[in-house]
Amino acid sequence: MKRVNLWIAFLLAAGAPLATSAQNPSTVFIQNATVLTVTHGNIEHGSILIRGGKIAALGADLKAPEGATVIDATGQFVIPGIIDCHSHIAIDGGVNEGAPAVSSMANIKDVLNPDDIDIYRDLAGGVTSANILHGSANPIGGQTVVIKLRWGKPASELPFEGALPGIKFALGENPKHSNFTMPPGVPARYPGTRLGVEEVIRQAFTEAREYKKQWDDYNQRKAAGEQNLIPPRRNEQLEPLVEVMEGKRYVHAHCYRTDEILMLIRVANEFGFKVRTFQHVLEGYKIADEIAAAGAGGSTFSDWWAYKMEAYDAIPYNAALMTERGVVVSVNSDDAQEARQLNQEAAKSMKYGGLSANDALKLVTLNPAIQLGIDNRVGSIDVGKDADLAIYDHDPLSVYAVVQRTLIDGKVYFDRQRDIAQRAELEKEKQALLDKEKKANEEKKSEEKQEKKPEQKKKPPKSDSADGAIARGAL
Amino acid sequence: MSDRLNRRRISLAAIVVCCAGLVSWACTARGEGGEPRYFAIKNARIVPVSGAVIENGTVVIAKGLITAVGTSVTIPPEAWVIDGTGLTVYPGLIDAGTNLGLPPEEGAEQAAATSGGRGRRRAAPPGPIAAGPEDRPGTSPWRVAADELKIDDKRIESWRNAGFTTALTMPEGGIFPGQATVIDLAGARAGDYVVRATATLPISLKPTDGWFTFPDSLMGTIGYVRQVFDDTAWYAQAEPIYEANPTKTERLAYDRTEMVLNCALQRKEIVLLPGNNSIQILRVLRLADEWKIRAVLYGGQQGYAVTDALATSKIPVLVSLKWPERPKDADPEGEQTLRDLRFRDRAPGTPAALAKAGVKFAFYSDGLAEPKDIFKSVKKATGAGLSPEAALRAFTLEAADILGVGDRMGSITPGKIANLVVTDGDIFGEKTKVKHVFVDGNWFEMHEEAAPPKPDEKKPSEEREEGTAAASREIEGVGR
Repeated sequence: MKRVNLWIAFLLAAGAPLATSAQNPSTVFIQNATVLTVTHGNIEHGSILIRGGKIAALGADLKAPEGATVIDATGQFVIPGIIDCHSHIAIDGGVNEGAPAVSSMANIKDVLNPDDIDIYRDLAGGVTSANILHGSANPIGGQTVVIKLRWGKPASELPFEGALPGIKFALGENPKHSNFTMPPGVPARYPGTRLGVEEVIRQAFTEAREYKKQWDDYNQRKAAGEQNLIPPRRNEQLEPLVEVMEGKRYVHAHCYRTDEILMLIRVANEFGFKVRTFQHVLEGYKIADEIAAAGAGGSTFSDWWAYKMEAYDAIPYNAALMTERGVVVSVNSDDAQEARQLNQEAAKSMKYGGLSANDALKLVTLNPAIQLGIDNRVGSIDVGKDADLAIYDHDPLSVYAVVQRTLIDGKVYFDRQRDIAQRAELEKEKQALLDKEKKANEEKKSEEKQEKKPEQKKKPPKSDSADGAIARGAL
Repeated sequence: MSDRLNRRRISLAAIVVCCAGLVSWACTARGEGGEPRYFAIKNARIVPVSGAVIENGTVVIAKGLITAVGTSVTIPPEAWVIDGTGLTVYPGLIDAGTNLGLPPEEGAEQAAATSGGRGRRRAAPPGPIAAGPEDRPGTSPWRVAADELKIDDKRIESWRNAGFTTALTMPEGGIFPGQATVIDLAGARAGDYVVRATATLPISLKPTDGWFTFPDSLMGTIGYVRQVFDDTAWYAQAEPIYEANPTKTERLAYDRTEMVLNCALQRKEIVLLPGNNSIQILRVLRLADEWKIRAVLYGGQQGYAVTDALATSKIPVLVSLKWPERPKDADPEGEQTLRDLRFRDRAPGTPAALAKAGVKFAFYSDGLAEPKDIFKSVKKATGAGLSPEAALRAFTLEAADILGVGDRMGSITPGKIANLVVTDGDIFGEKTKVKHVFVDGNWFEMHEEAAPPKPDEKKPSEEREEGTAAASREIEGVGR
């Protein structure tokens, strides 16, 4: 069953870029929907007017302007596009740069893969933006980027304009290589303990501080008119860390246990930066006050636990409990498949912890937008914000809800009906290509057979000699 | 066979010696090793590529260069004259990416086999483990293909016999494997082959192997190359300051990578960047822009999808002729994606699309085993809309231009290196035979090799004789 689903999903996806690029209406009108604004309640029989990719107006008594593309959403629900604060989709050539303990010279932005089918599949789950993270192999991992899921656009058009870049940190078992064995002949990598993880981070920031000082000194002396100065070397590994200390780059730290979370808060204080989000943060409920006081967000799972030693103390109440203590909390997927049902993941916090429907919805819309510093643009349905929207056929917090359309910048990037309509056509194209290839292969085979026969009689031409022209020595 | 040929040659030599005016030349020639240096191909159809086709024309070759082309050309008395009636003369073909003369190192195959696929880590990689950029993993830009040429590589001859006179040969292995050399495919010793030793600097973005030696991801590899370019730029700035003021600052550490790359970038050496699918192509176009290098893209097979970006970038493309195929060991029951099917179907259309968009491109054999595979691949490209003229250009003048040697080869123009291929028909024709090849003005005559005698054959010697005679070309007497 799963295979079949995946296959269908692929078929859907393959034709989508062509179809979406065909229409780029500047004025779109979504009418007669239940609009879940997240910031100011729900509007029954509401409409949303979109102009130039932005929400221009919304309310219950709007009329479609002439020439607008009208989307009739009668009986349907519109929510702000879902934002996945922890995703590894759309990455080419490896999620981890796993050899160095500090891999900050690696940048996800360099390797975005706009053709990754998971972009499209996540769109089909209502996701419009995602925080694309390096893996958790290293105490300090690679540079990260927030993207909009603009399926069909080139890599250069995926990054969320103006969103601050990030960097992945990782604490605990993964960076200390607890959960796998190295092949024979490969020496174990430092760090091998949580103490070592702390030391690696501390060392890196000490170097980054020194690096910044070198450049400051150089620039100062140069400005003072000093001649013949040799500049410091640029360091691709340390520069992102300087940006972290200057507040120009967010830290997204993979973590599980309280001890390591508190450790990173201390280290961050020492070096004068803030951790933007603790990712996973499965024991966050135990130290929610400390996390809130540190100004960090928590981006967690709904109800996964005990899948490894450091995840044993996780509870499904984590999101709700941290929320209650004033932490900005999001629920993330960390998984291309789960990203397609983040609405349900959010809803679980209504059962576990008793969050209101609106607060639950915030876990996958406004809160991750705040965590990623993009809440001025997305995360709620407000006039002036980007028209990044997901339209469901049922209440999005119900298990029956299925995404009908997903819009980014007012443009439909996923349309369930169009998808279904396209399937037969794509299947036909595929079959035709398969047949064509099969025919060509058969022709090639018979050609090769024919070639082989005469070859036994006649060999290909050869030149007179390997090393020179004719008549060597003949004159 | 050899007896008969020698007889012919001796009689020719006798004629030469009898021509009074030529005695001195003949002596000189003998002094140089006895090979003729002057040729004329007359009454031939000439396809200069740089201009219109010349019917019944003559090409004159002297001392390695083309000296005259046209219909009313005076044939110098010292020239050996080849009657080109019914034959066509083309510029020698250029294979813009090979490892000719650089056979893969022994053990390389085994290493690849043990390393496993992506994400699978079965054994430690060969070589030292790199912790970061400072260990300079997979970096040996100082290696120059010219220095490692093995001219006993059998493929050199088979490429030449098929009409290829020139190739770019690239060192392999690592991220900066070394510098690639433009070679002509003939010579007595390796040095004779080399047209330009440090012609291009190929970069590979394939990560080195395993999850334990840097870099083991694409993003790490790009980060690494970026750091290397930073370091090189730093060296370019720091070195002269230090040399002028050695007492003011601590000495610079010796780093061969920085020194060699600095030299290469200062003289604007071509940097080859890999990109085969549209995403890779757009990615390296951005990187080329960021790194401010004189870039040429190699791979290019999904170029059909990004022709506009390529045209805007003005970055030329070396198109791999190893068209994508379903892997031979693919699971026959395995699901095939529409995306792969489309790519395999459309890739051969790339050259036509590039030509239409005005993107400069050349072809390279990319590891194809035999020249006949190259021509089969070209046939697919022409079948997908590429004009034979454009295909020829891509193999000659365009390739020479892209590789930075367009001022000395790639067309039949006076002054250019006498790299020519003479055929009995259209160069891409399936039945066409190569009759003569000139490399640097050295003449190679093709002849059908006789079949080896069958065990039950009674007169093997006669059969061989016949085969030779049938294919040997007439050489008209020299002089008048």
